[in-house]
Amino acid sequence: MAGLAHGLGGLKYDPKKRHRPPELNVFVALVIIVLLFEVLGRLFVGDSFLFNTRESIDTLFNEARLRIIILQVAIIGIIALGVTQVIISGGIDLSSGSIVGAAAMVGTMFAQSSMNEYGMENTDPVLGMAFLDLPIIIAIVAALAAGLLAGVINGLLIAYGKIPPFIVTLGMMLFARGVANWTTKGKPISYLQEDYAAIGAGMTPVFIFLGAAVVMHLLLKYTRYGKHTYAIGSNEQAARMSGIDVDRLKILIYAIAGFLSALAAIVLSAKALTGQSGMGVMYELDAIAMAVIGGTSLAGGRGSVLGTCLGALIFGVIISGFTFMRLDAFYQEMAKGSIIVAAVLLDQWRARQQAARN
Amino acid sequence: MNDVILKTEGLTKHYGGVQALVGADFEIRQGEHVAIMGDNGAGKSTFVRQITGVEQRSSGKVFFDGQPVEFAGPLEAREAGIETVFQTLALADALNVPDNLFLGREKFLFKFGPFSILDFKSMRIDTLKSLERTGVKIPNVDNPISNMSGGQRQCVAIARTATFHSKLTIMDEPTAALGVQETAQVENIVRTLKEAGEPLILISHNMRQVFDLVDRIVVFRRGRIVANLRKEDTSGEDVVAYITGAKTDPAYEVDA
Repeated sequence: MAGLAHGLGGLKYDPKKRHRPPELNVFVALVIIVLLFEVLGRLFVGDSFLFNTRESIDTLFNEARLRIIILQVAIIGIIALGVTQVIISGGIDLSSGSIVGAAAMVGTMFAQSSMNEYGMENTDPVLGMAFLDLPIIIAIVAALAAGLLAGVINGLLIAYGKIPPFIVTLGMMLFARGVANWTTKGKPISYLQEDYAAIGAGMTPVFIFLGAAVVMHLLLKYTRYGKHTYAIGSNEQAARMSGIDVDRLKILIYAIAGFLSALAAIVLSAKALTGQSGMGVMYELDAIAMAVIGGTSLAGGRGSVLGTCLGALIFGVIISGFTFMRLDAFYQEMAKGSIIVAAVLLDQWRARQQAARN
Repeated sequence: MNDVILKTEGLTKHYGGVQALVGADFEIRQGEHVAIMGDNGAGKSTFVRQITGVEQRSSGKVFFDGQPVEFAGPLEAREAGIETVFQTLALADALNVPDNLFLGREKFLFKFGPFSILDFKSMRIDTLKSLERTGVKIPNVDNPISNMSGGQRQCVAIARTATFHSKLTIMDEPTAALGVQETAQVENIVRTLKEAGEPLILISHNMRQVFDLVDRIVVFRRGRIVANLRKEDTSGEDVVAYITGAKTDPAYEVDA
C-alpha cells in the first residue's frame, strides 16, 4: 500500500501545507508600494520616486530620498523592535512613546555642557553647575536605566499583579509622560554636549537601529529567551506546563522593550539637540503599526525582527511617497491608518485560510 | 514488589463537600497497559490530576517507582518521569516539532541564563530519533505545529514521552478529537509503546480501543473504583454493566 510508505495511518505529505515565510508577503507589499509611487510619480508629478533624474548627480538611485526614508523610521524602528517581542509574547506596550519622553529628559539632563557652540554660557542648568560637562556615558546609562526601570515596573505589574498588559502600559503611558513633564516643569533642556549630539548626527541613528535589529534578531531566533517568548505568545498554558518561568520571562520582555525605548530617546534627543517632555508622543502607535504591518500577530506567537524592519520601511516609503506626491500630511495619516487595518485584515484572512486547510 | 511502577492507597479528593474521589487503591506494573473507564464525572480525570500533581489530594498515599511521592505540581511529576498527554493539547502552535518536544527542556550550545544559545541540531536529531522510536511519521518537522493535522499534533505530544524516557505515560482521551485514520495512527503508537515495555494509563470511552490496546481495565463510578478486570476475563457488556452501575465487583462492594 502506497500510504504505508508515508507512515502509519497513511498520513501523506501535503505540499500545500508547506511553510512559507510570512516576511515574503511583507516584502512583496513593500515592492508593490514602491512601484505604485514610481508609477504615480511618473504620471502625475513627472518625476521618478526611486531613480535619480538629476543630471548633476551621477547615481542610479535617488540616494537622498532613500536615505531620508530609512532615517525617518530608524528611531521609531528601534522602539518597534522592543514592541515586536512584546506582541509576540501575547502582550502589548502602549507606554513606549512616553518612556521615550521620560528617558530623553533624564538623559539630556546629564548631557548638558557649560557652553553652547556659539560660546554662550549655560546659566540655568537643570541639575546645577556640578552636573555640567559630565562624561556622556553617564547620560546614556541614566537614560537607559530610566527606560529599563519603567519596563521592569510594567513587567512586574503584568506578571505578578496579573493586570492585563493593555491597562498596565496605558497607566505607564500616562505616568511616564507625567514624569517627563515633572522633571523640568515642561521646559526643554538644551546646551547639550557635542559628543552627545554626535549620537544623532548623520546616519548614526540608522546604524544604531540596524545594530539593535541584529541583536534582537539573534535573541529571538537563537536563544532560549526568544523561543520561550514565542511559546508564551502561542500557548501560555502549555508554556507554563512545560516548566517555563512565564512570570520572570514577561518581566524581561518588558524590560528589554523599555530599554529599547530609552535607546530611541537618546538618539532622538541627540538628533534634535534638545530634550523635550513631549518627545515620543504617539510613537507607541507607530511602533505597533510597524510591527503589525511587518506580520507580527496581535494574537501573539507570530512575528519577526525582519518583518518589523520591512514594516518600518513600508512606513518610511509611505511618508516619503506622500511628500514626493506633494500631498498634505493628513493624507499620510489616513493612509497609515488604512494600512494598519488592512494588514490585520490580511493576517486574519491568512489565519482562516490556514485553519481551513487543516 | 519491585516492578510496581505506580501505586495509590486510599487516594481521596473532595472539593468542599463534593466527594470526587474516594479511597482509590490502584496499581500498575512495569510494561503494563491499563485503561481507566467510567462515565463523565466518575472520577477518572480527578484521579489523574492527583497522581500528576495538578491538584493536591485530600488524603491517601501515592507511591511512584517504589517511593512515596508528594508532587507539588505537574512539572515535578514530569521530572520524576510521569508524562501526561492531555486531551487539550499542551503544544505551542507557533513552534515546530523539535521546539515543542524540548519546550522547557532545551539543549544548549552555550549557557548564559535566559540568553543561552539553543542547540537546534542536537534537538532535531533527538526529535527524529524519538519520532522513529514511536513510529510517528511527520513529513517536515520544521513546520510550525499550526500547519499540522490534529492527529499529527497528538502524535507530537505522545512523542514527547519517548524523547525523555518517561517511566509512566498517562493519556487522557488521546483520540477524542481525532478522525478515523488519525485515531489509527495514535493507536499504533500506543502499540509501539507496549512493545517497548513502557507502562501506560489510558483514559478512554472507546470500548473497542480499550479492548484492542490494554491488559487491564479499571472502572470508576461516582468517585470510586468499582471493578478491576483482566481483559481476558471480561467482555464489553460486562464493562458497561460496571460503568452504569448494574454490577459491582464484590471485592469493591462498600457498605452504604
